[in-house]
Amino acid sequence: MAYVAVKGGERAIDNAHAWLAEDRRGDISVPELTTAQIQEQLGRSVDRVMAEGSLYAPDLAALAIKQAQGDLIEAAFLLRAFRTTLPRFAASSPVDTAEMSVRRRISAVFKDMPGGQILGPTYDYTHRLIDFARAAGFEPPPAAEEEADTAAMPRIHDILGHEGLMEADADTTGEPGDITREPLSFPASRDLRLQSLARGDEGFLLAMGYSTQRGWGGSHPFVGELRVGEVAIEITPPELGFAIDIGDITLTECQMVNQFKGSKTQPPQFTRGYGLVFGHAERKAMAMSLVDRALRAEELGESATAPGQSQEFVISHCDNIEATGFVEHLKLPHYVDFQSELETIRRMRAEAIKEAAE
Amino acid sequence: MSGYNFAYLDEQTKRMIRRAILKAVAIPGHQIPFGSREMPLPYCWGTGGIQVTAAILGPNDTLKVIDQGADDTTNAVSIRRFFARTAGVATTTHTEAATVIQTRHRIPEVPLTENQILVYQVPMPEPLAKLEPERAETTRMHGLAEYGLMHVKLYEDITRFGHVSISYDYPVMVAGRYLMSPSPIPAFDNPKMHMMPALQLFGAGREKRIYAVPPYTPVVSLDFDDHPFRATRAPHTCGLCGSKDSYLDEVVTDDRGGRLYVCSDTDFCEGRREAGEIGEQAA
Repeated sequence: MAYVAVKGGERAIDNAHAWLAEDRRGDISVPELTTAQIQEQLGRSVDRVMAEGSLYAPDLAALAIKQAQGDLIEAAFLLRAFRTTLPRFAASSPVDTAEMSVRRRISAVFKDMPGGQILGPTYDYTHRLIDFARAAGFEPPPAAEEEADTAAMPRIHDILGHEGLMEADADTTGEPGDITREPLSFPASRDLRLQSLARGDEGFLLAMGYSTQRGWGGSHPFVGELRVGEVAIEITPPELGFAIDIGDITLTECQMVNQFKGSKTQPPQFTRGYGLVFGHAERKAMAMSLVDRALRAEELGESATAPGQSQEFVISHCDNIEATGFVEHLKLPHYVDFQSELETIRRMRAEAIKEAAE
Repeated sequence: MSGYNFAYLDEQTKRMIRRAILKAVAIPGHQIPFGSREMPLPYCWGTGGIQVTAAILGPNDTLKVIDQGADDTTNAVSIRRFFARTAGVATTTHTEAATVIQTRHRIPEVPLTENQILVYQVPMPEPLAKLEPERAETTRMHGLAEYGLMHVKLYEDITRFGHVSISYDYPVMVAGRYLMSPSPIPAFDNPKMHMMPALQLFGAGREKRIYAVPPYTPVVSLDFDDHPFRATRAPHTCGLCGSKDSYLDEVVTDDRGGRLYVCSDTDFCEGRREAGEIGEQAA
């Protein structure tokens, strides 16, 4: 092989991009996917990309999924890189999930409660049989309809809180932090932890939450309530002085109820882990609430020994955009470092061989 | 590029980064947390360096970008293009012609001047991270200048191997106060940081830290009196330009152990060849 100095980086990149564009499109005899199709028919992917991309924009998320060939982390990355360029006009008022237009709401701790159990569109009780008929196209018969129940749906702590059995909401006065503007430091307060978890990787949080159930952290969780639906977003422009509704977003909220043995200052009561995620994302919201509760170990005077209870471990590693960057950067050249390692290992080997000979 | 501000980031963000840079310059070697933004390139591919460069770049600057010492490695090409596209600044491969040099893993062979800024891309800004993973603890150690752990690591290396086994990202003391990661440059480059006339800025995007070495600041690689720091390089000459003292890359030329050693700093090597220096394996 004759050595050709590694010229041609420019042309190589252009050619690679052209090939990628072709690869992305696939066989051109197959019709091109539209973003409307992705948005309508791959809604759970769109939701995941919005949550991990930290931007509520279904049309952009659908486009990102198309551009990334369905690689959801890559799509979330596209969304994040776009999000970072957006000016910030205002901060919304806290959303009130008690006012949610609920399409799914279940509790595992009470058979019935005010507002009732609403299964909604769920995979929970489907049989996971591949439906071969669907491959040929499928028009579902219309689902049964009923007038929406406008009765208020109190949240689980509103029901159990009266007796003091459930810890009260945390103090919500003061400005929450913002992990997209201020770098995290540890220990991190709960508002910052929840922000990190809300945009954290679903798979990572699932595994961490799972580990706390399997004895790595000793949690005893119950789904106090899981609800999915639309909430209104309001902002108060300073020039108006009153709140205006700027649109609805879909949210999934999970209140996970956990035992708490009590401490010197507090009698035993139930504590909560909290999950709130963009879109319809039950697995993520539940995992988030498990991890949130586990990360409160120190605050509640429990011994924090498991990975799922370590703030630094969980929060520093839950962001898949950061994680994929560090892992995949290993593809970048490391000739220089490797060269210095080569010299070191040659020297160490030479010394070891010399010693062995003596 | 339409739809984006000069050098991609908005002016408020750049101002925030500049404030962090000013703090970093005021406390040499100390890591300053900053509100690192997502960039359109992946973390660890230079987002920290890119943010620092974006914050300091002006329309009259001339930018050079190197990776592994070379201007033509794909990531260097990609970052140079990014700024050519978003800032429209002049770019160059000539070290002397650049006012801002963004680098990954190398310091150019040609000494830099007071009119230049060297921006390092940093993957892990915390020099103690491999010894103590908890950031809260390492912050305390820096606060107390408690660096015994690192000295013990070096000492253990010497007792086991007869020498320090760190060959790149070799820890340095800055201005006699802060232990600092020089980024994964080969230890060979460490002495160049000492009393460098150019401002050295370090950006770690994923880890959200900026730090700096102001011009003419003492930077000392950790060592012991009886085991002084040694900068090592492959004991060869450059096959293309014949340089005896530049840092060399080892190129595998066949499957029978054939090797070609060439300068990792491509601009340095080209400059020497243009001046008539010829290595033994130059075509």
